Amino acid sequence: MNRFPLWKYLLIGAALLISTIYTLPNFYGEVPAVQVSPTRSVIKADITMQQQVEDELKAAHIPYTLAFIDGDSIKVKFSNTDIQLKAEDVLQARFRDGYSVALNLISASPDWLTAIGAKPMNLGLDLRGGVHFLLQVDMPAALDKAAERYTGDIRSQLRDQKIHYSSINRDHQTVIVHFSDAATRALASDYIDKNFSDLVMTEADANNDYTIVASLRAEVQKRTQDNAIQQNITTLRNRINELGVAEPVIQQQGEDRVVVQLPGVQDTAKAKEILGRTATLEVRLVDESHDIAAAVQGQVPFDDELYTERGGLPILVKKTVSLTGDYITDASPSFDQQSGQSAVHIDLDSRGARIFRDVTRENVGKRMAILLIEKGKTEVITAPVIREEIGGGRVQITGMESTQEATDVALLLRAGALAAPMNIVEERTVGPSMGADNIAKGFHSNLWGFVAVVIFMMFYYRYFGVFSSLALTANGLFLVALLSMMHATLTLPGLAGIALTLGMAIDANVLINERIREELRNGNSPQAAIHAGYDRAWSTILDSNITTFIAGIALFWLGSGPVRGFAVVLCLGILTSMFSAVTISRALVNLTYGRQARVAKLSI
Amino acid sequence: MEFFRIKQDIPFMRYGKITTAISMLTFLFAIWALAYKHLNLGVDFTGGTVIEVAYQQDANIEKIRSTLAQTGFTEASVQTFGTTKDVTIRLQLHKDSTSAKTSDIVMTALKAQDANVVLKRVDFVGPQVGKELYDNGALALLVVALGILAYLAIRFEWRFALAAIIANIHDVVIILGCFAFFQWEFSLTVLAGVLAVLGYSVNESVVVFDRIRENLRKMRKATIPDIIDNAITTTMSRTIITHGMTQMMVLSMLFFGGEALHNFALALTIGIMFGIYSSVLVASPLLLMFGVKREHFIKETKPTEGVTADGAQV
Repeated sequence: MNRFPLWKYLLIGAALLISTIYTLPNFYGEVPAVQVSPTRSVIKADITMQQQVEDELKAAHIPYTLAFIDGDSIKVKFSNTDIQLKAEDVLQARFRDGYSVALNLISASPDWLTAIGAKPMNLGLDLRGGVHFLLQVDMPAALDKAAERYTGDIRSQLRDQKIHYSSINRDHQTVIVHFSDAATRALASDYIDKNFSDLVMTEADANNDYTIVASLRAEVQKRTQDNAIQQNITTLRNRINELGVAEPVIQQQGEDRVVVQLPGVQDTAKAKEILGRTATLEVRLVDESHDIAAAVQGQVPFDDELYTERGGLPILVKKTVSLTGDYITDASPSFDQQSGQSAVHIDLDSRGARIFRDVTRENVGKRMAILLIEKGKTEVITAPVIREEIGGGRVQITGMESTQEATDVALLLRAGALAAPMNIVEERTVGPSMGADNIAKGFHSNLWGFVAVVIFMMFYYRYFGVFSSLALTANGLFLVALLSMMHATLTLPGLAGIALTLGMAIDANVLINERIREELRNGNSPQAAIHAGYDRAWSTILDSNITTFIAGIALFWLGSGPVRGFAVVLCLGILTSMFSAVTISRALVNLTYGRQARVAKLSI
Repeated sequence: MEFFRIKQDIPFMRYGKITTAISMLTFLFAIWALAYKHLNLGVDFTGGTVIEVAYQQDANIEKIRSTLAQTGFTEASVQTFGTTKDVTIRLQLHKDSTSAKTSDIVMTALKAQDANVVLKRVDFVGPQVGKELYDNGALALLVVALGILAYLAIRFEWRFALAAIIANIHDVVIILGCFAFFQWEFSLTVLAGVLAVLGYSVNESVVVFDRIRENLRKMRKATIPDIIDNAITTTMSRTIITHGMTQMMVLSMLFFGGEALHNFALALTIGIMFGIYSSVLVASPLLLMFGVKREHFIKETKPTEGVTADGAQV
């Protein structure tokens, strides 16, 4: 009655073997490495690139232990951190544009383990130090920006069509166009309806003022917001590459939030500065028809804005944006051929090139202002006179103060602009010493708790206590193996979760052992007692664990960050403990007692 | 070896009135603590900034305070924790501060005063996020309670489900009451601990209920209080040992887990202690009060011919 068929033993053996293999990488520790990854999608991390990296290291006589392709980056292992730092310098010098070179730590487990996908668990920021940001995207601003764009488009197109409006302006997320008579408005209304399918219009009349109020359709608003967050994530990724962080996490959370995790980053001030940077270019025409002196006095014309040029002279610039930074595909620092001044070279995409050509053709002889908008501050970099039509999409902007400024501006433009501003709504920084401290403490609390439980169990239940302790050990093994297989991120609450589930897991064995004792007291034979003990305890184990499981699911569903990590461990721990408490300990009991025809006494 | 070889059933139910009175008192005390002292909500829920720094020698709290005041943080609370070298700085949330720049400003000011200061941890939480976490936390408590209620109602019977959930909420309220009374900081991890207790503590009730259900079928002549007494007595040694084991793990966390896990372990410790009490002395008397009957379970099985409802053979 207490015998398992062979396949059950084999199954248990296989489960234990697989778990041991997948748990192994966690014990090997990590070796220093350097990671080279392309930041532009045109470059791929492939065997040629790996060869380039290896050649570079060989040329510099830097010994490395292994170079390999991991996903979209090349990783090289080194035997110590000194060599690692030297290698980073060498590689940084060789791989500049379009690559990011970062220090990294890679599992020191043997290659065959890595080959079968056995990797250690990732350590959360609270265990290895680093910084976590939660950024909130300002969606109303993204919608305002979209409305602004439509205002400009409607203005220029109505003008092209010779439909005379008396004024056009943006109010929050709506575009309001005023007309002096109903007929013109009807004309405009038809035209907008046909050409701007993203807009819904309402009309209103008030003594000789005929208006159209256009706003974005609900689905377009949704699309705009989705695009905004996607663009922001891409931009953030570009900016973070500039930081050279190994394995950063950049993820969308909810509808309008982005999580950024930078493991190992200590200079949080720099990280924040780079994340928070927003720079975009705008090309606008200079208004020379109005009196600049009057504007300085405070009478700025309605369609214009007053700025100060680099040289300190006031300048009136039209509100209408001719071209935005969205059309920029690349930017690089350079020098002006004629004057030798620092300059920035920008490439525009085809649409941007066309717009730029049209603007320059129509305004030959006039001045064009190039504005740099950074952190909400607008600055006129330069306002040259347009001498001729500029086609082809290659534009050179002069007026930079220094080579350094040209490099900075180019970098900011290349990294792209944010579609909408973002605020840091949550920041968590853990120093590296604190992280190491947390690991040690979390590990020790698990170890001592476990030792205490095992000693008590063996003392109190003798042989059956040994079985239970072995089952508990197997449970710990299964849990760590599962977490490693899932490449879960281990956090401090996760470590607490392991401790708690180990403590709770023993409950199932206590239930079984107590039940067996009770059956023996009631006069059952040892074999029958074992059988009944496991049988009867099962429904109790099931009921009590499912209720805890419900709590775990709710924690996972509603929790965030660390609480989620805890919930995952709790849920997995319940599953593994149900398996190990019932199957592993039963297998051990069966092996010990099941083969004997008559058992006189149980060691319980 | 056996510690708890109890020959005779302990008449727990006879003391039902006393134990209910005791738990009512603790419960009301907890409610009072919550209402008048309020939970000392951590930065997770209130928003604000907490900065932990470590000095190489004993920290000069007064100097830190004045440095911060000069920098413009007049409401900063500065305290040592653990050792005299570790300092926690708490800054309240200002309406206009939406960025996390604060920590940089504070660190720059402290570094200027003493270059050896090391940043250990920064937690900044915006007001919106704090409120969401709070709402989600409350929702999680509700969902867990309802989930357990539903599961037990299906597996047992509504009286059992109700008794168990009341006993559990009793535990949770007492934990919260303790945190309010002693003004321990209530953080997100503590909330996770409280929710884990909700799941864990119901285990206790389930184990006893399971035995009651079994006894209802087996001990056909016994009265309901006797059945409950027997169920509690027979599961007593398991209850104490299981709790002892879990408590050992939790104590290990309390002693070796460091500052970060301290309050989490504390919540679990209280939860485990009251978990035993409530499963035995709250849930079961409630069950009796709700009028549990043998028929609630027997009617599920088909009546055999010649056997009456109370199980007597004719």
